[in-house]
Amino acid sequence: MSNERLSPVADADEVEVRDPRSGLTAKAGLGDRLFGGSARGAAVFILILMAAIAAFLIYQAAEAIGKDQVNFVTSFTWDPDGNSTPNGQPEFGIAAIAWGTLVTSVIGVLLGAPVAIGVALFITQYLPRKIGSVFGYIVDLLAAVPSVVYGLWGLLVLDQHMSGVSKIIEDVLGWIPLFKTDGTYGSSMFTAGVVLAIMILPIIAAIAREIYKQTPREQIEAAYALGATRWEMIRLAVLPYGRSGVTSAIILGFGRALGETIAVAMVLTQVPGLVTRILQPGGNTIAANIAVQFGDAFTTGRQALIASGLVLFLMTLIVNYAARVVVRRAGKAGS
Amino acid sequence: MSLTHTSPTRKLKDKSAYIIAGAAFVIAIIPLISILWTVIVKGAKDFDTYFLFHSMRNVAESDSFGGAYHAILGTLEQVGIAALITIPLSLMVGIYLVEYGRGRLSQAVTFFVDVMMGLPSIVAGLFILSVWILGAGFQASGFAASLALTILMLPVAVRSTEEMLKLVSPALREASYALGVPKWRTITKVVLPTALPGIVTGMMLGIARIMGETAPVLLLVGVTQSINGNPFSEPQGSLPLFVFNESQNSLQTAVDRGWAAALTLIILIMLLNLIARLIAWWKAPAASR
Repeated sequence: MSNERLSPVADADEVEVRDPRSGLTAKAGLGDRLFGGSARGAAVFILILMAAIAAFLIYQAAEAIGKDQVNFVTSFTWDPDGNSTPNGQPEFGIAAIAWGTLVTSVIGVLLGAPVAIGVALFITQYLPRKIGSVFGYIVDLLAAVPSVVYGLWGLLVLDQHMSGVSKIIEDVLGWIPLFKTDGTYGSSMFTAGVVLAIMILPIIAAIAREIYKQTPREQIEAAYALGATRWEMIRLAVLPYGRSGVTSAIILGFGRALGETIAVAMVLTQVPGLVTRILQPGGNTIAANIAVQFGDAFTTGRQALIASGLVLFLMTLIVNYAARVVVRRAGKAGS
Repeated sequence: MSLTHTSPTRKLKDKSAYIIAGAAFVIAIIPLISILWTVIVKGAKDFDTYFLFHSMRNVAESDSFGGAYHAILGTLEQVGIAALITIPLSLMVGIYLVEYGRGRLSQAVTFFVDVMMGLPSIVAGLFILSVWILGAGFQASGFAASLALTILMLPVAVRSTEEMLKLVSPALREASYALGVPKWRTITKVVLPTALPGIVTGMMLGIARIMGETAPVLLLVGVTQSINGNPFSEPQGSLPLFVFNESQNSLQTAVDRGWAAALTLIILIMLLNLIARLIAWWKAPAASR
C-alpha cells in the first residue's frame, strides 16, 4: 500500500505511483492501474487460496472427528467407515500413523543428512570449480527422479538388499527392542527410511553446497595462514559459517520426508496398529495411509483421511517454521 | 622440527576427511546409477511404439501387450492445463512482489508462498478433493488433478519469477522511466524480456516437478483403462499413477508395464529438465558460461 499514495490533484483519474526501487514517481494512466491492479489481484488470490485450503480441510476434518467414537489423537486403530467395529461406528485415531511418519522421517534424516553434507563438502572444498559444478548437477538429478520411480525401485530392487543389511543390524543391536524382529525383514520402516534418505539427500546437498560456496575467502585464507590442513580449515571456517543454514536445510529435508507419500506407500507393508520394530515388515505413515486407504473409503472414510492430512499439514508447517527460525536467529546473532 | 612439518595424526585426519567426503559422494551416486540402470534395462523390455500408442482398454493384467497411451495423454493434458493456469498467475504474483509489493500484503504473500512450498503434495490433493469433489459435487476428472498440480507448481513458479525479476538491473528500469515510459510498459517491454530466459527455465523446472506427482493425482483422476481425451469429464489416465497401479500387481506382465511407464516418465521429465538447462545456459551472459 505504501508505494501507491493518492495524489491530491484535481484529476481523479490520475494516480501518482512511486517505484519502490528507484524512488521515482510518475502519473499512472489507465494501463498502469489495470496492470498494477491485476498484479495485486493475483497476490490477493494466493492469500484467498491459502485461507480456502485451511478452511475446507478444517471443515471436512471436524465433521469426521465429530463422528469418531474413539479419541482421534491417541487411538491406534484406523476404521473410519466402521467395517469391523462392533456397531459399525467409525473408530479412527492418528497416533499409530503419526508415529510411523516420525520414525521413517527421522531414519531418513539420520541417514541422508550426513551423506548430503559430505557430498556438499566434497563438491565445494575438494573438487576444482568446473568439475564440482558438473558433479553437483549429477547429484541434482536425484531430485528430478519422480517419487513413484523411487517407490518402484525401492520395492523391486532396494528391498531385496535390505534383508541382508537388516539382519546384520539385528545381529549387532537386536538386544534393543527397536531392532528386534520376528525373523522376517524388508518392506519395513527402515527400508522406507532409506528411500526417504535418498530422496531428501539432493535437497539438503543443494542448499549446503550453496552455503559452503559462500564461505568468506578471508576466513579460509586466515585458517590456512595459521598452518591448518584442508580438513582443519573446513572445521575452522566452512562448517561454522554454514552451521545455521545447513541445520535449516536438514529441517527442510525432514519436512519433505514427513509429507512423502507414494514412495513410502509402495515400499511399506501396511500393518494396522502401532509398529515399534523398525526392521520387520510393517508400519504406516499419515501420507501413505491416505494413498492406500483412499480407494476403499466412503464419505466418512474420506473425511477421516482429510483429518489426518490436516495433522500432516500442521506437522510440516511447524517443521518449516522451525527451519526459518534457525536461519533468522543465526542472522541476528551474526549481525 | 621445521615449520612446514605437519604431524602424522593431522595428516591422517586430513586424508580421512577427504576419503569420507569422497565416499559420501559415491554413496549418493550409487542409488542414482542403480535407479537409472534398472529403469532403462527393465523398462526397455516393453518400451516401443506399441506401448506408447495403445491403451489398456480390454487388456487383462496378465496380457503381455497393452500400453500407456491413455496415461501419457492424461498426464500431458493435466500438466498442460496446470501450466496454463499457473504461468500467468505466478508471473503476475512475481511482478507484484518485485515491482509493486511493499508492506503488509507482500509480506503476507511471501510468507504464504513459503508455506505452499512446504505443502505435502498429498495435502494439495486432499484440498481439491474437499473443495471440488466433496464440496462442489463434481466427479473425478483430469481437470481436478490439474487444479491440485496448479497448487504445487504455483510456489515454485512464483519464487523463480521473483528471483529472476530481482536480477534485472534497476538502471534498466530507470532508463525506461527517464524516457517517459509508463511503469506497466516498462515492466512488459523492458523488465520481462530481460528476465524471460530465467523465468522460462524456472517454469519448465516447475512443470517437470508436477509431471511426476502421483499422490494428488491418485485422489482426483478416478480409475480408467481407456483413452479419455476430455479432461473435464469422466476419469482420465495418468502416467505416474499407471506406474503405481501396475506395481501393485504381482503379475510379471504388469510389473514390466510399470517399468516401461517409469522409463517413459523419466524420459519426459529429463527432457524438460534438459531443455530448461539449455535455455538457461544458452541465454546466460557469455562470461558466466
